[in-house]
Amino acid sequence: MRTFLRNLSEIKNYPSAIAGLVVIVALLVVAAYALIALPYQEAIRLWRAGEGVWEDYPRLARPSWVNLFSAIKLPDTKVLNSATQPETKTVKPFGEGRDILINFTFDYPYDGFPQDLIVYFQVKFESKQPHIDMRWITPDGREIVVGQFSPRRSDSFRITQDERLRRRVGDIPVQEGLFARPEVTPLTPLKGKYTFQVNAITFEPDSDVDAKFVIYGQVYGLAGTDHRRRDLMVALLWGTPIALAFGLLAALGTTLTTMFIAAFGVWFGGIVDSIIQRITEVRLILPLLPILIMVGTFYSRSIWLMLGVVIVLSIFGSAIKTYRAIFLQVKESPYIEAARAYGAGSGRIITQYLVPRIIPLLIPQLVVLIPSYVFLEASLAVLGLGDPVLPTWGKIIDDAQSNGALYNSYYYWVLQPAALLMLTGLGFSMVGFALDRIFNPRLRGL
Amino acid sequence: MAEATLTQPGVRAPRISSPLLTTLNRVLKYTLTRLVALLLTVVVGVYLTVLIANMGGYVDKIRSSQIREQVGAQYGMDPQFRLLTKEEREALINEIVAAEEKRLGLDRPFFVRSLSYLTTAMSLNLGRAEHLTSDSGSSEVRRIILERLPPTLLLFTTANMLLFFGSIFFALSLSRRYGSIIDRLVIALAPTSAAPGWFYGIFLILIFAALLGVLPFGGMVAAPPPAQPLAYALSLLQHMILPVMALVLGSVFLNIYQWRTFFLIYSSEDYVDMAKAKGLPARTIERRYILRPTLPTIITSFALLLISLWTGAIILETVFNWPGLGRLLYRAIGLYDTPVIVGSTVIYAYLLAITVFLLDFIYALVDPRVKVGGGGQKP
Repeated sequence: MRTFLRNLSEIKNYPSAIAGLVVIVALLVVAAYALIALPYQEAIRLWRAGEGVWEDYPRLARPSWVNLFSAIKLPDTKVLNSATQPETKTVKPFGEGRDILINFTFDYPYDGFPQDLIVYFQVKFESKQPHIDMRWITPDGREIVVGQFSPRRSDSFRITQDERLRRRVGDIPVQEGLFARPEVTPLTPLKGKYTFQVNAITFEPDSDVDAKFVIYGQVYGLAGTDHRRRDLMVALLWGTPIALAFGLLAALGTTLTTMFIAAFGVWFGGIVDSIIQRITEVRLILPLLPILIMVGTFYSRSIWLMLGVVIVLSIFGSAIKTYRAIFLQVKESPYIEAARAYGAGSGRIITQYLVPRIIPLLIPQLVVLIPSYVFLEASLAVLGLGDPVLPTWGKIIDDAQSNGALYNSYYYWVLQPAALLMLTGLGFSMVGFALDRIFNPRLRGL
Repeated sequence: MAEATLTQPGVRAPRISSPLLTTLNRVLKYTLTRLVALLLTVVVGVYLTVLIANMGGYVDKIRSSQIREQVGAQYGMDPQFRLLTKEEREALINEIVAAEEKRLGLDRPFFVRSLSYLTTAMSLNLGRAEHLTSDSGSSEVRRIILERLPPTLLLFTTANMLLFFGSIFFALSLSRRYGSIIDRLVIALAPTSAAPGWFYGIFLILIFAALLGVLPFGGMVAAPPPAQPLAYALSLLQHMILPVMALVLGSVFLNIYQWRTFFLIYSSEDYVDMAKAKGLPARTIERRYILRPTLPTIITSFALLLISLWTGAIILETVFNWPGLGRLLYRAIGLYDTPVIVGSTVIYAYLLAITVFLLDFIYALVDPRVKVGGGGQKP
């Protein structure tokens, strides 16, 4: 045990292993944060929710940090709500009803046009619908009539899709017409303070109007959004604990079972050993992924079932041959003979004498195996067999692939989960390679 | 010849005098034993596949729908039955189907039935696909699968040949330049093989297709396919560059690293020092004293690599839209086309077995222990 620990401390001589450890620790921290900040049920609810939850989010927005690397600053998303920001709203009595004026003033310092402009109304009335008049005031003082309409109790007005407004701003897309510098081609947005004015006239004493104005930008948050307006951060965060758990459990499950079976076969020898050998050969030609695909299509796509199948299928994996070779050597050692002489049973010899000898060799293999299972999970997701409810990295890549992300140059959509996968893979395998060189005496100094 | 030097006179078989014949005999015997063993393995493997597929009764479903279709086609058209009403005809067909199911033993216990499924699956005689069709319009599962086989084999063989010979060549030259910058670079890059080929494929598409626009996003030939054979081949080549690169990138550094380590371990053996002391040229030492004894180990490790690569190839084809087996399987999943999924799994089992067999054969050719009859003990 002491030599084992001394060997382990040798790891500090390998800079790549230190880098790998840093990556692993960082991933663990992210995983812990995800578990604490966003409970399991909440993550699933958010990820499966439709437009209702994500209506204030832009569609296919790039992450905000792209602005750091580009001279052209893309607009961020802004949500202005008179219900939560009462200072934007002034109410005056008017006849039997009220005259409500909502002034949304915002700064627009960007070089790109917003994706969409939508006003959502929450209206209270008994029978007479209020009348709403919307105006747009640009930083240089121009005033554009956006439109007039009478909303239902819960209604929205899609400014960019209003055909009359489109004609009014000169037959160009509405958001460009509203934000562009006048008479300048190519169209560039005018920076400065804009005001969007909602003037509502109500005809009943208790009637009230609240408006939420959303300027959908081209960037959002740290991770961007996907085709269903979902914040990719949810999946990127939650993908971390799932990937780590899947990788770790699968690697542990397969190496431990494989090791015990190899030890068992070597110890009992004869027919037991040859049966194990034959099963290993059968297993070698069983195509793992197609079988997983069959299980996924016919039974269930749950990630935990997949995990179970992976472990069951890998019990007789090719690693048995490696372990067997080592156990065969160990079996002949004098100390095993000594153990047999004092009357130790087979179970005791296997668990107390054979298996511990192989653990130093096992650890590097285990660490190197983890990323391969992390990637297996991603592979299944890319084939459309990801867990139906859980947000994972592989599922982001799958969504991106099926929506032609590379073809339509939504690179962030693929690159972010890919970078996390790569980081996980590199982190574990750098540590594993260093451990291999420490524990495998034949590799010393090579 | 290397074979002659390795066949020691002392262990020569007494009846056959020529050493070459002895060698051939041994290799053949070994290969045949392996072939029989592998066939048995395939049978067991396919049987397991059938068991998994049938746990939810899917193979049963394939078989009975096949029977129903045949009976329907046979009796639905028959003028003899035209006078019957729709219900009567339906009842008649049901009766015949039931009789046919009985004849084929669908009412027998599962174990007996599963054996007949085994033969069906082994011969890929899985009836008709539910949704997919082959390019020639046939919906027979066997035709669909066999049509997709050549593109997969083309891609996979090209990539693996490149991988094998490239890695050996590079690993040998690295073991000569042990400790140099390139050597250390390869060691540093070895962990990148944790990611599978398709993963690099995404990056390659991003760089070469999306950003630079010099190579196609995917597919096997340009659309429409060029009529001239030469233009066709060029177009094929152009479409192959990225997937082959992705497959190679996915494991090349780990391969080189591992093999270079093998070479280094073996080049510190006493007989290599002896050869150096004799003043043999470096090339000869490399070929005869280092490469030769490491080849069996290298082939074994390559076999294991190939087996894992087959799995990655399924997704690689999907990512690159390559019209092979993997892409077929992907589409079959999307359409829940059970016969095709079962058939693809079986054909992958075959492909893996063939891979193992070919490598076993090569192993027999290069491993002196097989040739001199020291028993087929593998390391």
